[in-house]
Amino acid sequence: MTASLIGARVLRKEDYRFLTGAGQYTDDVALPHQTYAAFVRSPHAHAVLKKINIEKAKKAKGVIAVYVGADLANAKVNGLPCGWLITDVKGQPMKEPPYPALAQGKVRHVGERVAVVIAETQEQARDAAELVKVDYQELPAVVDTKSAASSKPIHDIAPDNICYVWGLGEKAKVDEAFKGAAHVTKLDFVNNRLIPNAIEPRAANAVYSRADESYTLYVASQNPHVERLLMTAFVLGLPESKVRVVAPDVGGGFGSKIYLYPEDVVVTWAAKQLNRAVKWTAERSESFLSDAHGRDHVTTAELALDKDGKFLALRVRTTANMGAYLSTFASCIPTILYATLLAGQYTTPLIYCEVTAVFTNTAPVDAYRGAGRPEATYVVERLVETAAREMKIDPAEIRRRNFIRQFPYQTPVALQYDTGNYEATLAAALELSDQKNFDKRKAESLRRGKLRGLGYACYIEACGIAPSNVAGSLGARAGLFEAGEIRVHPTGTVTVFTGSHAHGQGHETTFAQVVADRLGLAMEQVEIVHGDTSKVLFGMGTYGSRSIAVGGTAIVKALDKIVAKGKKIAAHLMEAAEADIEYDKGVFKVAGTDKKKAFGEVAFAAYVPHNYPLDKLEPGLNENAFYDPTNFTFPAGSYVCEVEVDRDTGATEVVAFTAVDDFGRIINPMIVEGQVHGGLTQGIGQALTEGCKYDAEGQLSTGSFGDYCIPRATDVPSFKLDTRETPCTHNPLGVKGCGEAGAIGAPAAVMNAITDALGVKDVAMPATANTVWKHLREKSHARV
Amino acid sequence: MPVKVSMKVNGKPVSAEVEERTLLVTFIRENLRLTGTHVGCDTAQCGACTVHMNGRAIKSCSIVAMQAEGADILTIEGVAKADGTLHPMQAAFKEHHGLQCGFCTPGMVMNALDFARSHPSPTEQEVRESLEGNLCRCTGYHNIVKSIIAGAKAMGGKP
Repeated sequence: MTASLIGARVLRKEDYRFLTGAGQYTDDVALPHQTYAAFVRSPHAHAVLKKINIEKAKKAKGVIAVYVGADLANAKVNGLPCGWLITDVKGQPMKEPPYPALAQGKVRHVGERVAVVIAETQEQARDAAELVKVDYQELPAVVDTKSAASSKPIHDIAPDNICYVWGLGEKAKVDEAFKGAAHVTKLDFVNNRLIPNAIEPRAANAVYSRADESYTLYVASQNPHVERLLMTAFVLGLPESKVRVVAPDVGGGFGSKIYLYPEDVVVTWAAKQLNRAVKWTAERSESFLSDAHGRDHVTTAELALDKDGKFLALRVRTTANMGAYLSTFASCIPTILYATLLAGQYTTPLIYCEVTAVFTNTAPVDAYRGAGRPEATYVVERLVETAAREMKIDPAEIRRRNFIRQFPYQTPVALQYDTGNYEATLAAALELSDQKNFDKRKAESLRRGKLRGLGYACYIEACGIAPSNVAGSLGARAGLFEAGEIRVHPTGTVTVFTGSHAHGQGHETTFAQVVADRLGLAMEQVEIVHGDTSKVLFGMGTYGSRSIAVGGTAIVKALDKIVAKGKKIAAHLMEAAEADIEYDKGVFKVAGTDKKKAFGEVAFAAYVPHNYPLDKLEPGLNENAFYDPTNFTFPAGSYVCEVEVDRDTGATEVVAFTAVDDFGRIINPMIVEGQVHGGLTQGIGQALTEGCKYDAEGQLSTGSFGDYCIPRATDVPSFKLDTRETPCTHNPLGVKGCGEAGAIGAPAAVMNAITDALGVKDVAMPATANTVWKHLREKSHARV
Repeated sequence: MPVKVSMKVNGKPVSAEVEERTLLVTFIRENLRLTGTHVGCDTAQCGACTVHMNGRAIKSCSIVAMQAEGADILTIEGVAKADGTLHPMQAAFKEHHGLQCGFCTPGMVMNALDFARSHPSPTEQEVRESLEGNLCRCTGYHNIVKSIIAGAKAMGGKP
């Protein structure tokens, strides 16, 4: 093995099983004698539960049990906890209403679980669920984010429907700076509500063992250890040692599978009551109704500039919709992961952001790919582009005038960026997108009746969450380290256990590249194991583009320990001083001599310690490490979007999209490109096609793929990608993370391009043909 | 009323007693335990359940098992050679990173196999249009399109 595996386009180890139908997703797991659960869900957005009649359902063919909220309450099953405590502007804790797994007393959103029917077959469970008769007394629904705080209360503990009012920054100084500004750009906009829609619906299958009083839960989850922690310590009151959570192959997450969900709790609890496995698999309509949604902000944002276009201050007021209950990380998304990113790539010295989080009669809202950072980027990049147009400064030039160029850089919103080169990514994006010939393309488009627009977005994100002490001081109720274990087998092959979880990211390949490269082994000698609390020592899971930066570093730390111990063993075997042992590409050598021992020989000696320093060293070669990062990582990049708008219909097409990202060191460029493609497509989806809508009664109007349009292949172009590299300064791999960038930067770039094409200040997302056509009509562009 | 259905799946004759309403995809996944064919939407929109019936790509969630009586069904498990060698279309998906989480992948491959037989040298636009009935949330389609173009070329119009 000579060439480095770091930076190599290695094909994925996991592909063979997925391409041959051998993947094992949760719904593919069949446990002996399993039963099937179907949930009775509220058809009303807000109602008092007057009476639930389960008698008919209980007598239906194949039905084993029917449970309602009172059954869980009687069994002392607690509600679901929120993992992040936000303290409001007055120093008071946020309002945390109870979140029961099955509704108690009231229902608060369409799709909330009222009862569960468990039967011998899935069809029987679903049939019997229709026989559960519920008397509801309907209450007025609160749906609109903007007016929620002046509506009737949803929860007793939040009489104004406000979860918290939270602020970051120095308001008085910001207000003062606005008074002296040469120009102020102001925008009011909505960051549209999205439904994640991983193609694998959520699923859970739980079994109880009377032999050792333990539970095993198979579940489509992005972080099995956190799921176990929340379920055991907070909800079911069980020792963690009695619960095993397995997240096998998971068919996409995008945030929606981070959380502990009521269905997971119910099937786990019921498995013990029935002493049989209980399986539930969501139908797509259940995904739409009950997966945590994303975004849903209403914002007023103002940017103060001096006469040369230098940013003086930024003032942002946002109302964020939490939905009916606080999902696992709901509270930190529009605060900690949003307001802290409002400096963007710029030296804006003063920033104030105030966020009002409100409850509504809609599904809970939590992290969705990007989680707070797309919303922040949208605020900053729409404002910057609009300011440039108003002040007649080239949009690229206004960004250059304000770029941060000295690192480390302390922003006024808590974060300290360690490194970056924003000029480099912007210059590369302008070059790759052939920006200088845009006017020619625009003229050509016009000849075909199309309005062409150009938009930029220069995003930054904070990834690799997070230093646990910093997160803790901001309200996190969990640590945010990652764990890794290296188990070297006697023959020199290696199993790596990681607390990160892969659900499309290809960790089995990327992490194996890191290990194989560091140890000088072949890829085939390295096996990555993840997603099982009984195998992996601990884990905080995968979200926030943290896997390689935090999980990868934990693995590197464990590898360092393996090499250190290997040197001790090798020194003994070669009768040399430990200080003289060097390790290089799979071989321990005595410096300056031709003495050497292969990695496999040392591993064998560790497990067959006949010639071994047993008085000084334990046998075996197995090390673990916990890594807690010292800072976030800060991926950043420049995106350039070109759209064509049909003047007659308003139909808008992204005709070119260029993304130049700085993810620090890249382990596998093929996988990184794939992550960017997917993120960009979700971002384009937010801008053009996706918008979750509830009607005034709180009924979900976009509850199927027919009504909620995730991008199809014809909705997106092939992408032009490139990277620039400033290695992260505080982790040994120099990596930053790449999972969310596309979804963070794309919406602003697309909307900047559309507003440019139309010559209007703002267009609401999603910019469907109908929305765009209305603008065209207003501007009398349309020939109608 | 249970009914008996018989068909050929991946070259092997199979039969089972199922309910009249049992979907073909349920028969494949639950009765035959061939779990490579996935259910992503229940509404014939995502294409994760795509299999071949008598040589044509169909969505196995949109017909009942009885409708496949006597049919020749091919699922993703029957695509690679008996010795495990990937079919050229499968190999192209691997080579071009045309999959991430893998959940939509079997449906993508089954659809692509049908498409490529009639399009040995497709354009990007033709490939994108051929994916009208298959949703992917991970890849942004960029590499799926590349995979299908390469796979179709490698197949040269043959199955």
